[in-house]
Amino acid sequence: MATEPIVTGHGASTPDQDQGTPARRPPSANRTHRSAGDWAVLGVAVLIGLFIAFPFFLIVINSFKSPAEYSTGGPLALPTGLYTDGLVAFWERVNFPEKVWNSVFISGMVAVLAVLISMFNAFALGIGRVKGRLWIVVLILLANMLPQEVLLYPLYFMFREVGLYDNVWAVIIIFTVIQSAFGTYLLASVYSTFPKELLEAASIDGAGRWRILWRVVYPISRPTLSVLLIFFFIWTWNEFLIPLTFLVSNANQTVPVAITALQGDRIMDVTTTSGSALLGLIPTLIFFLIFQRTLTRGITAGAVKS
Amino acid sequence: MASTLAPTAPRRRAPSALIPKTSRRSYWIYLVPGLALLTMVIIVPLVWNVYLTFTSYRGIRPPEWIGLENWARLFADETFWTSFRNSIAMIGAMVVLPTLVGLVLAALLFDLVGKKFGGKMASFLRATYYLPQILPSVIAAIVIGWILRPQNGALNSILDGVGLGALQNNWLGDPDTALLSIMAVLVWIQIGYPVVIFMAALQRVDPALYEAAELDGANWYQRFQAITVGMIRPEIFVVVLTCTIAALKVFGPVYALTGGGPGTSTIVPAYYAYSQFFQAQQVGYGATIATALTAVIAVVAVIFILVQTRLERREEVG
Repeated sequence: MATEPIVTGHGASTPDQDQGTPARRPPSANRTHRSAGDWAVLGVAVLIGLFIAFPFFLIVINSFKSPAEYSTGGPLALPTGLYTDGLVAFWERVNFPEKVWNSVFISGMVAVLAVLISMFNAFALGIGRVKGRLWIVVLILLANMLPQEVLLYPLYFMFREVGLYDNVWAVIIIFTVIQSAFGTYLLASVYSTFPKELLEAASIDGAGRWRILWRVVYPISRPTLSVLLIFFFIWTWNEFLIPLTFLVSNANQTVPVAITALQGDRIMDVTTTSGSALLGLIPTLIFFLIFQRTLTRGITAGAVKS
Repeated sequence: MASTLAPTAPRRRAPSALIPKTSRRSYWIYLVPGLALLTMVIIVPLVWNVYLTFTSYRGIRPPEWIGLENWARLFADETFWTSFRNSIAMIGAMVVLPTLVGLVLAALLFDLVGKKFGGKMASFLRATYYLPQILPSVIAAIVIGWILRPQNGALNSILDGVGLGALQNNWLGDPDTALLSIMAVLVWIQIGYPVVIFMAALQRVDPALYEAAELDGANWYQRFQAITVGMIRPEIFVVVLTCTIAALKVFGPVYALTGGGPGTSTIVPAYYAYSQFFQAQQVGYGATIATALTAVIAVVAVIFILVQTRLERREEVG
């Protein structure tokens, strides 16, 4: 059974820790005692959080002001009413739901495909230990190292040749490769320390490589895979240069491209600009909040266990 | 060599897959889809691009072979060197500061806040730190550009409001503050990434280790050094490497906030290449800048990975 700690790591048993310490302190005593220092640390952590969140706060309150209200009350005053003309004008102008769907489709496809490719690659590199794996990782990482401008001219000709120019699949293919480079690098190093006993046990039970991948490796590395999935989704959502170049028609555009394209437009007064930024961040925020729970479960489980 | 440290150790690195009775070669099949896509999307354009560096190409008529002219021009180009100097500032803002601060924050959240104030509090704070990361960088730039607007921007209004009107500045338009402003934006964007990765990594660490260390009288800092940093070293490498790469090719915020200006005070290699590619239509020269940048990044990455493997190997042997 897979109940052992996943990665026992190197040097987990230094000799000086092995001297018998049979009496364990009851865990609850530790939890409830909070010293002044603990509170101070919490205070600093919260302050940093407030500082980081402050620009978001500014964006939210200023999205619901009229330009006139902004110029009299300044950016810090709370809105007196709910002014939504700017938001509505922007929403209709860019056909926002359509852009959201494009972004969701592209980012979702990339996230799933790139995690899959990363897992296959890492399985061969980390667990299969194929020959020359170090250089294969470097080669794959090239996808991450290239400045994206390098790709624009050649891929433009290539995709136009096969009829994928101005097609969301062009962007999906490109980002599947780019994101899976990071995934391969991270997962290969995680898999290279994969608990050998589990693999051996499965192998003795007669499981082949494909089965071991899906029945042992996949479930145990799921926390890492879900972090990758979330990262890939958000990173792809946020991409700008390649969608801008490869999705020229308005109907194919992604959210960031649509919003950036309108900057400097006549309708973009000071509070509408703020509103457009708000609309641009809401979808990823929702996505992150949903999946935040998946990330959280691990942490709380650890806290309960200790 | 690391292997000479322990001559008696059995050759653990003796090539074999982790699954018994499978030959290493049989795993190649799993690399086929990934490598096929990689070749099409990355390798072919890269080779093409290297070819373009030896040509004069303006995007319309076919490329014309000019030998090393672009490269000679590159090494004499003051703007190119300025852009790399600015890259060092970007590394400070995107790698050094976020990794150090991120390590401490992740350890504090996991080891102290999570245990004393509950996991909910820890993950709430983590989510807050991560917020700027979920912003599209061009939108982050719009947000920040909006806050830093010279006329009625939020920062200047706030400074004025608290009686520090003298400090008002055209933050992005003044060559003295433009680079610093961009750096501040990058720190703000970047800080959540190491925190999330490190906290995920810390979940692998057996809590019994911390308990044991605590019982042995190790204080927070000792535990941080011995357990946290030691156990999550693979992730530290991943974060430093990926952030360094990202810092060297940073583009979005510069594109959206300053366009490299004023003058060349915030120009970075990726933006310089872009402006040659698409504004000056000097595709050959743009390709040369981009290729030089790729080469620098590749060298940095290879050194990194070699050091990382060397350390891993030493640990496995020792």
